[in-house]
Amino acid sequence: MPIIDVENLSREFQVMEPAGRFRRRRKTVHAVRGIDFTVEQGEAVGYIGANGAGKSTTIKMLTGVLVPSSGRVSVCGFNPVPQRKALARKIGVVFGQRSQLWWDLPLQDSYPILGAMHRMPEADWRPRFRELADQMDLGEFLTTPVRQLSLGQRMRGEVAAALLHRPELVILDEPTIGLDMISKEKLRQFLDAERRDNGTTLLLTTHDMSDIQRLCQRVLVVDDGAIAYDGQLTGLAEVAGAVRTMVVDLATPMHSGVLFSLPDGAVHEGIEANGIRHSVSFDPRRLSAATVLAAISSTAEVADLSLHEPDIEHLVRQLYGRARG
Amino acid sequence: MRAYWELGKSSFRRHSTYRTAAVAGAFTNSVFGLIRASLLLSAITTAGGAIGGYSAMEAATYVWLGQALLAPLGLFGNAELAGRVKSGDIAVDLSRSVNLTASYWAQDLGRAAFDVLPRGLPPLIVGALVTGLAMPGTPGPYLLGFVSILAAVSLNFLGFFAINLLSFWVLEIRGFWMLYMVLMNLLSGFLVPVTWFPGWLLDFARATPFPSMLQTPVDILAGRTDGVESLAMVGVQLLWLAVLLVVVQVMVRFGSRRLVVQGG
Repeated sequence: MPIIDVENLSREFQVMEPAGRFRRRRKTVHAVRGIDFTVEQGEAVGYIGANGAGKSTTIKMLTGVLVPSSGRVSVCGFNPVPQRKALARKIGVVFGQRSQLWWDLPLQDSYPILGAMHRMPEADWRPRFRELADQMDLGEFLTTPVRQLSLGQRMRGEVAAALLHRPELVILDEPTIGLDMISKEKLRQFLDAERRDNGTTLLLTTHDMSDIQRLCQRVLVVDDGAIAYDGQLTGLAEVAGAVRTMVVDLATPMHSGVLFSLPDGAVHEGIEANGIRHSVSFDPRRLSAATVLAAISSTAEVADLSLHEPDIEHLVRQLYGRARG
Repeated sequence: MRAYWELGKSSFRRHSTYRTAAVAGAFTNSVFGLIRASLLLSAITTAGGAIGGYSAMEAATYVWLGQALLAPLGLFGNAELAGRVKSGDIAVDLSRSVNLTASYWAQDLGRAAFDVLPRGLPPLIVGALVTGLAMPGTPGPYLLGFVSILAAVSLNFLGFFAINLLSFWVLEIRGFWMLYMVLMNLLSGFLVPVTWFPGWLLDFARATPFPSMLQTPVDILAGRTDGVESLAMVGVQLLWLAVLLVVVQVMVRFGSRRLVVQGG
């Protein structure tokens, strides 16, 4: 049985919009329109889409916080809204922009409360807490009040809180938002290990493509409330014709890109900083970054370079072949 | 049950971290106690020694007990839930495996337990030094008073919680909050004892849960009622508790269904 089973799920909202000076008109916004998908035990699924595409609305319906307008949802065999409390013992939820920790208490004081909420005896949650604190490096700030933690520290605390009861399914809503590279990487490593060791199912929404690349084999792309793509990440890049971009800073300025003998599949995109900075896009299926760099270095001395991966908004936009704000 | 016990304990600890606030609050309660006591005492002197069955000393005791219980009973309320609905953090509360009402209730009891000493004791000490207190000499009123205080804390909690829950339906609850505060301040017997009211207002007050929220524990603690009468008053408190609990549960049930969690 799939751990998440969603069938023809929709949610619409009524919003008031101004109509004339004093009157207001009721308008229906379709946040999620008849989506279907299933997630099997042990999968790691990235749920991606632009801002306002309907990601958070779906997550709220999966966790039982929001009532669907129509359709059917089953999570861990429960109907989320009526069985919300029972479901909460099976799943762990991390809302990247909200906290489930007690703001004015030392971090370590949140876990006995959570253990009790999940009806775990101390002999059960205490060792699990030590294990999580150890893996997530919580040690040095366990006695710091949550309100004084840095974002990265707090997020590690949040993830430990969501995993304390060994949930079958962990839903993460933008878990890496605002984190620095090192904190992001630590979090990803931990989540990946957790899934491989315990078979925990992961569903995460993110705007960060590397979260998906590191953690998920499968992506669901939602656009304007509907599922636009469901499959492997590599497949998505192919469908969308994603290109990578290499930005090079040259040692001496060049005012034209024509001199670079770029191979087929690479395109000179533009010049900045008076001929110092050049950007070149290339098709990753045909060319490696090394080939492109070698081609550029053969005509000019490269002082610095950076590689830019296609971002999710960009992929989704290309998938639909239309511009969104 | 253990979850609610832990929540209560954590709330006690949370409040104990704000000691300066507790001291400032106790000071304010004591100063207002002095003002209220002097107003009532001058009224009683003008009236010729007693009003509505209260002698000068009894009226002062009523004021000081009221000032001492003000904070522990939670008479000023707490708009935390409404704030969390506004910010969308209610989503976190709803995705916990506990009952929403019970978890907030447990936290309010923890808060009350902390407030008893730092907020309750100073006004009583000031009162005992300045006007003197007329307190009963037998243990009965204190025991029953304790039960009555517990019931009153819970009633105040549920009353304000119901107002907070209105935020599931309306964006701004300030109007309801103000109306509730005005009614509660008057009808709970906080300004003057309810027995001083004209007959029609007294009847009206007694048809509401408000006197059970302050007047009842104050009267029982001051020994103004005998054992049987006190028991009956606690019985009335428990009845109101049952009524408000049903109201709040119905509100949570229907409200959370139509709640739209704000933000992404």
